[in-house]
Amino acid sequence: MQFVTILFDTLLDIIPIAAIIFGFQYLVIRKKVKRLPQVLVGFLLVLLGLSFFLLGLEQALFPMGNLMAEQLSSESFLPELAENAQRHWSDYYWIYIFAFAIGASTTIAEPSLIAVSIKAGEISGGTINPFMLRISVALGMAFGITLGTWRIVMGLPLQWLVLGAYILVIIQTLRSPKSIIPLAFDSGGVTTSTITVPIIAALGLGLASSIPGRSPVMDGFGMIALACLFPIITVMGYAQLAEWLEKRKPKKETTVSPDC
Amino acid sequence: MDFAFSLIRQMRDSLRDLAPVVLVIGFFQLVVIQQPLPTSVDLVDLITGLVFVVIGLTLFIQGLQLGLFPVGEGLAEAFARKGSISWLLLFSFALGFGSTVAEPALIAVAAKASEVVAEGGLIANTPEMQDDFAFKLRMVVAASVGTAVMLGVIRILKGWPLHFMIIGGYVIVLLLTLVAPSEIVGIAYDSGGVTTSTITVPLVTALGVGLATAIKGRNPMLDGFGLIAFASVMPIIFVLAYGLLGI
Repeated sequence: MQFVTILFDTLLDIIPIAAIIFGFQYLVIRKKVKRLPQVLVGFLLVLLGLSFFLLGLEQALFPMGNLMAEQLSSESFLPELAENAQRHWSDYYWIYIFAFAIGASTTIAEPSLIAVSIKAGEISGGTINPFMLRISVALGMAFGITLGTWRIVMGLPLQWLVLGAYILVIIQTLRSPKSIIPLAFDSGGVTTSTITVPIIAALGLGLASSIPGRSPVMDGFGMIALACLFPIITVMGYAQLAEWLEKRKPKKETTVSPDC
Repeated sequence: MDFAFSLIRQMRDSLRDLAPVVLVIGFFQLVVIQQPLPTSVDLVDLITGLVFVVIGLTLFIQGLQLGLFPVGEGLAEAFARKGSISWLLLFSFALGFGSTVAEPALIAVAAKASEVVAEGGLIANTPEMQDDFAFKLRMVVAASVGTAVMLGVIRILKGWPLHFMIIGGYVIVLLLTLVAPSEIVGIAYDSGGVTTSTITVPLVTALGVGLATAIKGRNPMLDGFGLIAFASVMPIIFVLAYGLLGI
């Protein structure tokens, strides 16, 4: 019964894009759709797939993120507290380790990231190492999520971190090699896959509701934003570092050669 | 036969996406937490839910590749080459809007946001009001992505430098953050990250690359991407403005 309701809701979600695609195809371009039966089967699969995904989302992905947040921040799991003492942010260290592990592991093996980094290596003519690029994206993502959990524990306003990151991104954009900029901004989007987004969102909201003094509305969001921003920073940082190392190499040779 | 084969390959990709999450959470449960699951969580439910996620994602992406992507990409190329400017811009908006409405990650985050906003007492805590909030939020984000894609196309046509526009977007976000109600800030920032996902990226990239190849002297890699970069800043601006005008 639940599945029928979801199926109907999903149908409403898909109608706009289907109407747009077929509308423009038949009314504006006025050409027949190639392989129409196959396309219709495709839309049917999208409908079924999205419905199954949303069912699993409610049943598994949200609960899993929430469960981890609750368990890792419960009093019985945290280190013993001395009498009358306040919780220090470092007491929640397992949360930071978990956030880092989720961020790094889901990003490092992401197929689209692997493809993009190999391409970037070719374009750069060897200055950019594809594997190092992947590491930078994964580190950026992992750091962003970890920072997000730390912010929730501390109760700091999200704006400060995001605006700080923006300023860094702007400065880096003006100073980085031009060819890396598109890639850097792209890598922010790569990290937020359909599976990781719900888990991260549930983790943040779960933390904000189980840590004393935090409210989900004020503190629970922002993990996804930070997870998208920091890969931009680390990728441009890596490109700047690679360029700087590259520049240093020939200089050394020219300063050395007169002595020889 | 071909179809079955590509379905299996797609299933393997979905499993590979899910594997790190399951491994990390499993490791933490067994090695770090070492406590039985709370009674509110049923392990069988979790596992069947994960199976649904894998089946769902497999069918969804397979379906996109069979239907939406080829037709959408064909249209994007056709409009990039021939269509009049006004049709091109209308199509760009519609493409950004429609693909965002069907974006699973956005459906997920909007649902969570409506729950939280209702529990926080900002809207009436009834299922109808929650659905209404989630729906409006998704429409606002979809309209913002549509606008972003349209602006991105204008940028490609005019050859405006990309980084000035992104920096301009960031400055607007900054200013709006100062005046917007603080309850909406987190939701707004997060909605920027969820739009660049499964459906929107391939379709919008196809439009950008098609345009950049059709216009002389443009770099497909630089221009194709610019659309996506806009699509992740514009939702923040729109949702902040939406919060400012009243939920």
